[in-house]
Amino acid sequence: MAFANPNITAYAVEATEFPDLARRYQVSAVPKTVVNEDVEILGALPQDAYVEQALAQFTIEN
Amino acid sequence: MSLISTADQQKLRESFAEMTRSVRLLFFTQTIGCETCPQTRQILDELPALSDKIAIEELNFVLEGDKAAQYGIDRVPAIAIVGLDDSGVEQDSKIRFLGTPAGYAFISLVHAVLLVGGRGSSLSDPNRTRIAAVNTPVTLRVFTTPT
Repeated sequence: MAFANPNITAYAVEATEFPDLARRYQVSAVPKTVVNEDVEILGALPQDAYVEQALAQFTIEN
Repeated sequence: MSLISTADQQKLRESFAEMTRSVRLLFFTQTIGCETCPQTRQILDELPALSDKIAIEELNFVLEGDKAAQYGIDRVPAIAIVGLDDSGVEQDSKIRFLGTPAGYAFISLVHAVLLVGGRGSSLSDPNRTRIAAVNTPVTLRVFTTPT
């Protein structure tokens, strides 16, 4: 997703190495994705569902 | 001694052979207080031997803080993946890895290198269009553990 749009930055974070980040984003199970500071995606989803959830707040429906 | 088995090295060599563009991995490290930095360097060092399109550039997180800020790196070890276009101009992929890329994260790193190296994206056309329409800054943090 980051590669497809320069507005998007993606961090793959090793949770056990950075417990401060894991705490801040309340990571209790992996994989977990946090979009900006608010949207959470738990688990590994199929591509359509993942993109949908990750970008729901950014996409303007026509 | 290599961290990667001979069989896996061969598989990686074949995958990397599909790359059409060069990729530079900017490795942010520091000499003191980073337990996992040496291990990360060791893993990254395996890659250039498997493809002449992959290069590692080591940057000191403390001494080159402006570079770290430029790439949105606030901790180490960290890797920023940068592509080089045909004229050698850097194009930031905006893909970062924080922490040691071991286990499954290593596979993710390989996929990211292949993507930036021109292998093509696995995104469907509708998803690609949807992603391209985002016009505000978005930060995705994907948390994993080494398994």
